[in-house]
Amino acid sequence: MSDHAANRPEFLAHHFSTVEQQRDSAKLGMWIFLLTEILLFGGLFCAYSVYRAWHPDMFYNAHKFLNVQLGTLNTVVLITSSLTMALSIRFIQVNDKKKAILFLVSTLIFASIFLIVKYFEYSHKFHLGQLPGKYYTFNGVEGSNPHIFFSIYFAMTGLHGIHIIAGMIVLVWVLVKMINNNFSAEYYTPVEMAGLYWHLVDLVWIYLFPLLYLIG
Amino acid sequence: MSETYESYLTYPKGIKSWLFTLDHKRIGLMYLFAVMFFFFIGGVFAILIRLELLTPAETIVGADTYNQFFTLHGAIMIFLFIIPAIPAALGNFVLPLMLGAKDVAFPKLNLASFYVYVFGSLFAIYSIITGAVDTGWTFYTPYSTESTTSVISMTLGVFILGFSSIFTGINFIVTVHKLRAPGMTWFNQPLFIWGLYATAIIQVLATPVLAITLVLLILERTLGIGIFDPAMGGDPVLYQHFFWFYSHPAVYIMILPGMGIISETITVFSRKKIFGYKAIAFSSLAIAFVSFLVWGHHMFTSGQSEIAAMIFSFLTFLVGIPSGIKTFNWLATMYKGQISLEAPMIYTLSFLFLFTIGGLTGIFLGALALDVHLHDTYFVVAHFHYVMVGGTVMAFLAGLHYWWPKIWGRMYNERLAQISAFLVFIGFNVTFFTQFILGTQGMPRRYYNYLDQYQPLHAFSSFGSWIMAAGFLLMGYYMIHSLFKGKKAGKNPWGALTLEWTTPSPPPHHNFDEIPKIEHGPYDYDKILVERD
Amino acid sequence: MSEKHKEHILPLKVYLGVAAALMFLTAITVAVSFVDLGGWNALVAVGIATFKALLVALFFMHLLYDKKINLFVFSISLIMVGVFITLTMFDTLRRADLYDITDGPINKNAKMYENMPVDSTAGEHH
Repeated sequence: MSDHAANRPEFLAHHFSTVEQQRDSAKLGMWIFLLTEILLFGGLFCAYSVYRAWHPDMFYNAHKFLNVQLGTLNTVVLITSSLTMALSIRFIQVNDKKKAILFLVSTLIFASIFLIVKYFEYSHKFHLGQLPGKYYTFNGVEGSNPHIFFSIYFAMTGLHGIHIIAGMIVLVWVLVKMINNNFSAEYYTPVEMAGLYWHLVDLVWIYLFPLLYLIG
Repeated sequence: MSETYESYLTYPKGIKSWLFTLDHKRIGLMYLFAVMFFFFIGGVFAILIRLELLTPAETIVGADTYNQFFTLHGAIMIFLFIIPAIPAALGNFVLPLMLGAKDVAFPKLNLASFYVYVFGSLFAIYSIITGAVDTGWTFYTPYSTESTTSVISMTLGVFILGFSSIFTGINFIVTVHKLRAPGMTWFNQPLFIWGLYATAIIQVLATPVLAITLVLLILERTLGIGIFDPAMGGDPVLYQHFFWFYSHPAVYIMILPGMGIISETITVFSRKKIFGYKAIAFSSLAIAFVSFLVWGHHMFTSGQSEIAAMIFSFLTFLVGIPSGIKTFNWLATMYKGQISLEAPMIYTLSFLFLFTIGGLTGIFLGALALDVHLHDTYFVVAHFHYVMVGGTVMAFLAGLHYWWPKIWGRMYNERLAQISAFLVFIGFNVTFFTQFILGTQGMPRRYYNYLDQYQPLHAFSSFGSWIMAAGFLLMGYYMIHSLFKGKKAGKNPWGALTLEWTTPSPPPHHNFDEIPKIEHGPYDYDKILVERD
Repeated sequence: MSEKHKEHILPLKVYLGVAAALMFLTAITVAVSFVDLGGWNALVAVGIATFKALLVALFFMHLLYDKKINLFVFSISLIMVGVFITLTMFDTLRRADLYDITDGPINKNAKMYENMPVDSTAGEHH
């Protein structure tokens, strides 16, 4: 079978035989990358588990200084952003480029809201002296070494925040390409891949929220 | 295929076509130069270590510098040489050819992997120049948080290098799943592919944990987060859990591709079908999985709980089984085979002998009570050099010599290669067998100073290192010489049955004119007569 | 021509339904956290989070409709995180076991204990 057939689409790379093979490969590759991200955060979840098991009371006392309302708001924001992301892909699947762009922009807006809320949370903590490690000066938490909770809090939400920013950069890149008509119902793989990454960021937060904000 | 064709070496032309190449063969070659360079640098540090240890107390440098020598030797050899060597250099070149594919699944990711490697190595070099590190390659806390050496730049370098490893892993897994030629099923692909595949699985699962470990270490140093510092309520042993969760599977990243090469060379140079194909394939997967369950055997004397130690010890015995299965299967492959002793086979036989010693001594160390005496002694140093050098490096050299004609279209000088292999083998055993003895006699590792009673053995070991060095220098000479004056190689100089030997040597840019048809298995020497070309 | 049969397009109401379920479960999680269930709070919270995560993975990320290998990859990642945490905590939670051994007498039947003061069950010589 010659691979210089006239009907070989432009977006089909030379080393793939069919569009399906290319798409399945991209998807599998992306899921393996998400696997690495899960293992990355997994390390922090391990540190969390170890220290919470050692100091359950300190964790309880320290977590009370987290704002449950803001945390809940951010959870709602991120879930909504996942919805808009999924919808953006669904609309490009049916070739509705206008709606696809609309929902992609919405995703970015919700992502920004998340970061703004986080900014307020962080600056409040900085103000109180609830800082990581050797910069911790807050006195209001009972229990030994309360800075450990805040170190873990900042490590986990900080790493998560970095991934939100990275995700936003990817989404902007995809948005630009979408506006330039690079995608259609026939080919939207990069949008799908960006979507998978974005959902992962949501997945991590789904666990972070109860573990940090809702300790019984 | 016409006689005149452009190989991947000459087409496309120009430096930019190399710097921006998406050709897996060119990327593999650039990796090969890089890992060989770092092998040389790591080797220089090894010679310096052994020079210092010729006499107790100071021989050539002070204690702090000595600590930097063994740290850099370890870090460079592990992160810049041995982990990328077989997968990224040989694997990149051979994998698509063996599968009958045009390239890997994600060629741009492949190039990115190389540049990330280069970028990471720059951080490592920067660290070396600005005061280096003296913590040991394991960066244990609390010393690594307090040492005034350039820990952060080195750990950042390793962090970046990890991404290179992850990208290669993702690429290989998807390539093996999706880009096999039509008719090549999972169970009639070459065993080198299984080895690379199992390696890739470990790379993607384990390396992220190294990443987070190094991030936490950097945060500990900069922000004093305290999670590894007892004074702040932290636990230094937790660092070791984090570190070894990656670093134990990492040693299987090092050995699995080597084992894959052995399956290739042993069949070709015995002209015989592999014994127990499925057993070897599944053993590769078993090693990959069980490797994640044994990391605590590096921590038997760290203060971890007894029950954890017992669980890890038990699982460590388990992980030796698939390696044992493979070794027996390789031996059975040789039985009644038509053995020819060219350099790839000499290295293969060296591997069998040396890896067996290395692997068995690993089992000794897995016994809790024995490890209490042997932990942190030269016995451990000897063990891991037997598996990493006697195992992986021998396999790497076997593969390098085996695929040399395919990569360059030139044969190396077989007589010089045999002399070199002999020197390396002898030199290696003189250097490291001695260290088993030193270890059982109580000589601790990473010690600058030692009691007089150990000196004769230390001197003997150092002498061995010079023999090894001579072997490697000779190897460098005849390999470079072969590029200019080596006999031109045909398509299939070894008479092998895997797909990479159906293309010209060196292969053209696009690998195959037509997608290959799979008409036989990779080891069907009993069914197919194939001549050396 | 692209093979559309592989691209499963989910109806809008599936997406909206899943989103609604996620919001509902979020509300439940927050509400339950105000009820004191002792040690069960953590388990319930993680359990609900897991259910939410599955909804996102299976529907938003299409794992229910895609090739099984992707679901396998996702599952393996979670299993390995579980292995990491479990085996590490076999150490961190059981370190004190050692004191049960060192605090106890070396040989319960040794004669020397007969003459020792009553509080000296630790086996040390006073």
